[in-house]
Amino acid sequence: MKTLLLSMLATAGLAASLFAADEIVVGEFASLTGGNASFGQSSHKGTQLAVDEINATGGLLGKKIKLITEDDQSTAGQPATIVQKFISQDKVIAVLGEVASSKSLEAAPICQQNKIPMISPASTNPKVTEVGDYIFRVCFIDPFQGTVMAKFAQSKGWKRVAVLTDVKQDYSVGLAKFFVEGFKKNGGEIVKEQSYSTGDKDFKAQLTSMKSLKPEAIFLPGYYGEVSLIAKQAKLLGLKCPLLGGDGWVGDSLLKVAGNSLDGSFFSCHFSAQDKSPVVQSFVEKFKAKNGAVPDDMAALGYDSAMILAEAIKKAGTTDGDKLREAIAATKDHPGITGSITLDEQRNARKPAVILKIADGGFQFEQAVAP
Amino acid sequence: MRSQLVLLLTLIACGVISTFATGMNPYYYDILVGIGINIILATGLNLVNGYTGQFSLGHAGFMAVGAYGSSWLTLSYGYILGSSSIAITTGYVIALLLGGIGAALAGLIVGIPSLRLRGDYLAIVTLGFNEIIKGIIQNCEALGAQRGLGGMVLHTNFFWTFAFAALTVYVVVSLVNSTYGRGFLAVKDDEIAAEAMGINTTKYKVLAFVLAAFFAGIAGGLYAHFKQFIHPEGFNFIKSVDIVVMVILGGMGSTVGVCLAAVLLTILPEFLRKVSHYEWLPDWFRHVAENRMILYSLLLIILMLTRPQGLFGVRLARKK
Amino acid sequence: MLEFLQQLINGLAQGSIYALIALGYTMVFGVLRFINFAHGDVYMLGAFAGFYIGPKMLRLFGDQPGYGVLISMLLVTMILCALIGIGIEWLCYRPLRNRPKLTVLITAIGVSLFLENGGQFLFGADPKSFPEILTDRYISLPETWGRISELGIQLSAAISMLVTVILLFGLRHIVLHTKMGMAMRALSFNPVAASLMGINNSVVIAFTFGLGSALAGAAGILTSIQQPSIDPLMGISAGLKAFVAAVLGGIGNLPGAALGGILIGVIETMVVGYISPTYRDAIVFGVLILILLLKPTGLLGASEQEKV
Repeated sequence: MKTLLLSMLATAGLAASLFAADEIVVGEFASLTGGNASFGQSSHKGTQLAVDEINATGGLLGKKIKLITEDDQSTAGQPATIVQKFISQDKVIAVLGEVASSKSLEAAPICQQNKIPMISPASTNPKVTEVGDYIFRVCFIDPFQGTVMAKFAQSKGWKRVAVLTDVKQDYSVGLAKFFVEGFKKNGGEIVKEQSYSTGDKDFKAQLTSMKSLKPEAIFLPGYYGEVSLIAKQAKLLGLKCPLLGGDGWVGDSLLKVAGNSLDGSFFSCHFSAQDKSPVVQSFVEKFKAKNGAVPDDMAALGYDSAMILAEAIKKAGTTDGDKLREAIAATKDHPGITGSITLDEQRNARKPAVILKIADGGFQFEQAVAP
Repeated sequence: MRSQLVLLLTLIACGVISTFATGMNPYYYDILVGIGINIILATGLNLVNGYTGQFSLGHAGFMAVGAYGSSWLTLSYGYILGSSSIAITTGYVIALLLGGIGAALAGLIVGIPSLRLRGDYLAIVTLGFNEIIKGIIQNCEALGAQRGLGGMVLHTNFFWTFAFAALTVYVVVSLVNSTYGRGFLAVKDDEIAAEAMGINTTKYKVLAFVLAAFFAGIAGGLYAHFKQFIHPEGFNFIKSVDIVVMVILGGMGSTVGVCLAAVLLTILPEFLRKVSHYEWLPDWFRHVAENRMILYSLLLIILMLTRPQGLFGVRLARKK
Repeated sequence: MLEFLQQLINGLAQGSIYALIALGYTMVFGVLRFINFAHGDVYMLGAFAGFYIGPKMLRLFGDQPGYGVLISMLLVTMILCALIGIGIEWLCYRPLRNRPKLTVLITAIGVSLFLENGGQFLFGADPKSFPEILTDRYISLPETWGRISELGIQLSAAISMLVTVILLFGLRHIVLHTKMGMAMRALSFNPVAASLMGINNSVVIAFTFGLGSALAGAAGILTSIQQPSIDPLMGISAGLKAFVAAVLGGIGNLPGAALGGILIGVIETMVVGYISPTYRDAIVFGVLILILLLKPTGLLGASEQEKV
């Protein structure tokens, strides 16, 4: 009986190790439900597309990638548990995630302690990669984007700008801070700083108090859900100045909700679905075919995070944590959807930002700003 | 005397297990510590919701006070007693206790309205306090505001978690079995009659709130020094409901039941996580398993419809 | 000063929505003495009903947004939500009729969580854009009136305030001048005596739930024409605010709920406009706690003696 049991165990173990041998396991954690679900869903779709593509073309190092996706339900406490599971149960070689910086910050120390590389698609808080040398990101960070928009506003000749921040989003607060710093440094004047919280639906109070100061533009570094409503209400209130924003603006419902009230506004982002470059166009086509919608920035970043990992595995020729880390750190001029990506010494992506103008119910390419 | 002995033995056992637990699979370790923290939260809340018959929906708020309080202490004064490991650990335990005391003070503030309110009103007021505590943290730069607070050193281990869990269970059980316990139950069964019999209902209600808050504060401190990152949204209404569900599932007023429920409800989400990856299951089933909150809420409704006293509780007296 | 007046108008518009939702809380509390935690989620379902019905209704009217579409959508949604409300009552609360209040409260929390998460599962978690059933514009005073002409209001907000007032009067009529209304009042006064007088309590309770849910559904549509972005979690904060409003006005009291709703709307807007939105929720709940401590029966509520 005992020998039977032992031999069964041995076979099972052998089977498990054989099974594991032809797969590279990658863990992905995202907010698939809960408050941040729209971003998590998007980035997950992008990541999944990249993995499917890699597997369809024969995988990596002769093995298929197995993507294990876990939902953290937008809930604090979950990312840490999930990453522990990834590392000890699923034996992942790398971790992808999250969009929200607060979730990434929870997972990063564990990845660092276990020497498992982690690539965040869209956590823009500078602190994330400061956790350690195993933590990377493929998006640019808040200071860069805030400064880019401050310069842009000045290049348009605007002197008096108001700022409306989403205080619940660290991303928004960060962007606003660096925008204000950059704008003031070159002699601009911030006429009013106002704020709102994620999930708000009525912004007439803030907009009313701004209207009386007649700003030349309003910097609005929030997410599209609220931005579209703000734009609509601003227009209705008779605020005619253009709005300026960041990559959080990109979302399926932005123009659907805002209608033409965003016409003449500008925002910085990672990529433009209108970009004629073949890399972007083929990505947009594939994404549309699979998900029936135009990809947004989160999807593009999710895709890039998986692709950069794949390229690093190929280059390293192994999935060993140390070598893989070095290979990711050495990423240079990766032809990503969100531009040519180089990871700097701080493990942040250096890549151009794109400034788009909204006109006639669509996005128009305005200019690219190199880092 | 016997119960003290049990407590002592449990503490020793915790110490022994803890030395072995370090080599454990980190994922299971994470769940295990989670269980301990949830036992503290749920048994504490049981004192208010179960034994005293009040209804608090803001337990996560007290947890937040403890988590932020102790984290702020260890971050700012972690090395004040010296940098030897004993000094740091002592500092950590003191921070935990101070966090607990801070939470107890908050509990005192919340306990006072409970003197005038009951049932649904009280539930909403505690929920409101939870939101207010969250709001204060979100506006406090020193506590990281909406960014969350990180950088705490990993201090919480099996020993501290389960030592405090054992202590909580001990305090609750011996309190309930003392004359105080009769007082709590009297408040629950019929407040007006209890008052008429000369029982100081005010004292019992406030005591229940303060103690529950203290333990929630300790649990918060343990949590913060385990996950090493805390965020105001982690202590929201949903988290409070989580704890309430543990108390209800276990059976209000049954410490054993509530402890078992805490174990069950900590493991269940992770179990469902596993189930949602079984490819041989039908897609819809995996989807539902992925959306744990749907199952959670259904469980709550069905439990109330079929067995409102919880799995291990005694049926509440029917009132007109 | 002008800005203050404008904020006041904004607050009133927001408050009228809270008032509609708060009425449902208050009515249910009146007859059943319990908080229907899931009420805010019925409001969310109302918005989603509008989201799915809207395009079809628009086609019926030749793709012309306008008042006809709005009124028929309001009617259809209100009926749908009434049915949902009655269904929830029948499935989840009726079996618990004589159980301790706590049991019912917990069930209500369960129903609320179920609707929120089921909604995310069914509709998707991302915000949806509500169809344009009314061409919105901004109405301001004539420019010849001088500085005061800067004051104005969104057309949709004005309409929703108007609809709220109409519904309020309709409700008042039902409660004061119909047999059903009389039965509702009798039930809230003393359920046992009411049933002894030949009132079918179950029918009255179902009717009350239906009525309250219909109002919540209407609120869902009226919010969505002002702020055309809806998501499955939108009921949480609106529901909580409306509840606070109901308590502020004196729970169980219809004019109180309307007053409370408007006050909460105005307080919120003023806090956002002049202090900071991060303090908004804290201040709203602070008001609630103060009211409960100082005057637990609310502004207009009659004091009630605890029966032994």
